[in-house]
Amino acid sequence: MAQAPIPGDGRRAAGLLAPAYLWLTLAVFLPLSAMLFFSFLTAAPFGTESPRATLENYRDFFETPTYALLLWKSIRLGLWVTLLCVLIGFPCALVLARQIRGRAREALFLLVILPFWSNSLVRVFSWAIVLRGNGVLDRTLDALLPFDVRLGLMFTPAAVVIGLVHSYLPYVILTSYLALQAIEDDIFDAARALGAGRITILRRLILPLSLPGLIAGAVLVFVPVVGSFMEPRILGGRFGTYFGTVIEDQFVAVFNWPLGAALSFILLAVVLAILGLSSPVLRRGLT
Amino acid sequence: MTGLRLAGLMWLGLVLIFLYAPILVMAAMSFNASPFYQLPFEFSARWYHDLAENAAIRNAATRSVLIAVATTIIATSLGTAAALALFRHDFRGKRLLKLLLFPPIAIPWLITGTAMLIFFFAIGLGRGTPAVLIGHVALALPYVIVVVNARLAGFDITLEEAARALGAGPWTVTRRVTLPAIAPGIVAGALFAFAVSFDQFVVSYFLSKPGDSTLPVLIYTAIRKGFTPEINAVSTLIIVTSMALMLVVARFFSFGGHR
Repeated sequence: MAQAPIPGDGRRAAGLLAPAYLWLTLAVFLPLSAMLFFSFLTAAPFGTESPRATLENYRDFFETPTYALLLWKSIRLGLWVTLLCVLIGFPCALVLARQIRGRAREALFLLVILPFWSNSLVRVFSWAIVLRGNGVLDRTLDALLPFDVRLGLMFTPAAVVIGLVHSYLPYVILTSYLALQAIEDDIFDAARALGAGRITILRRLILPLSLPGLIAGAVLVFVPVVGSFMEPRILGGRFGTYFGTVIEDQFVAVFNWPLGAALSFILLAVVLAILGLSSPVLRRGLT
Repeated sequence: MTGLRLAGLMWLGLVLIFLYAPILVMAAMSFNASPFYQLPFEFSARWYHDLAENAAIRNAATRSVLIAVATTIIATSLGTAAALALFRHDFRGKRLLKLLLFPPIAIPWLITGTAMLIFFFAIGLGRGTPAVLIGHVALALPYVIVVVNARLAGFDITLEEAARALGAGPWTVTRRVTLPAIAPGIVAGALFAFAVSFDQFVVSYFLSKPGDSTLPVLIYTAIRKGFTPEINAVSTLIIVTSMALMLVVARFFSFGGHR
């Protein structure tokens, strides 16, 4: 962007920027640094014990197989939820972007992304009402089907997956839709004129051109799902122990903050690795 | 051809049912007389009456709204100022400053929330409403800056130059020329900030004091203790509020684009 210099330039810019960035520093960047620092201590420095520097918290992670297993369980959960969101959401975005026109499209698109800004805790809770034993879903299926149905979905890993897909599906639809909508119609006319079939158009044109949007959506789903703890707690029951819930426990139940900090940082490392790997595609998708 | 089109429409319909059915079931159950969601359905507004008399829920709701309003005011003013500076001025490190907006959005709230908890204890602030407010503003700021910045991209900077050439001071230029031109962006940013704060659970959960919590934290605690129909009623109210708010935002932004 080319801009005209304004008198008193530098100082004015700094004055406008400082409040926002000081706030972010105080509330996000310093806390993250503090957490990294704490993860190398034996105890929280405001307790009665005097803290020493240690690698013990990280050794705990590597020597206790449970933590690694739970991290892997969370990553697997993230992969499943992401895959389902992509499989369900992409066709949905395709229909919205290429099949429906005008005001109907605007209204349907709004309907799809409306839940996205409503409270996710409340939406997870609504699934608990639907899925619980002898609840609405069981009764409905019972009435519709001739045989006895006991789904027993509540407090299973499947319930956690359903709740998470419900929470994050709009992300994939949103990003895929934006990418699909940006494709010019002329390309399809040209491809058809040159004799390309429907499958060829999907495989050689639509998929590659909308891939950045699809991947952006997948990352937006995967990252928070790996760190989820509220959804497994409410819908997972005794199967609901994941890496996120273990971190939550360190801060609200066990009060082993240094271990919690170390586990949080390991999670952050995983998240950053994923973001780093996808950043070339993401950058293309965002510009 | 038509077969495929029909299949597409049906898929979209199924997805919409998946998205809305549980919410509608919850809303319906909040009017069901049975506290254990027993069927057959029997209409009753009892849980909404109970809700009005439940002081804990009322206090938490008031606190949530106040925090959201304060977050909106602070994040919108600081964020608009920062967006203006990022738009008007060219300086070294501008790319870095824009990049720094992404960690608060991209890092899972579990990590940000626990990090804030540790840091606020380390500096002696501890848990409580001030800590929650500081956290909410930090989460809302990047959204405001990004949204206002997007609106500024369509603003003609020569209007500012013209105003200056006509003798307007920098404050007058901002107040009389720039701010009115980007007002829809600022309003949208403010609504985003309100939604981020009002719906925020994770960060509030780690930062609020027990017995002094926001509405989502209260709901989470109640769900974990067991189902209560009042929570069902208040959840229905929350979701209706959020969706109404989102519809207002949609009026300022044309989602879906025009073609």
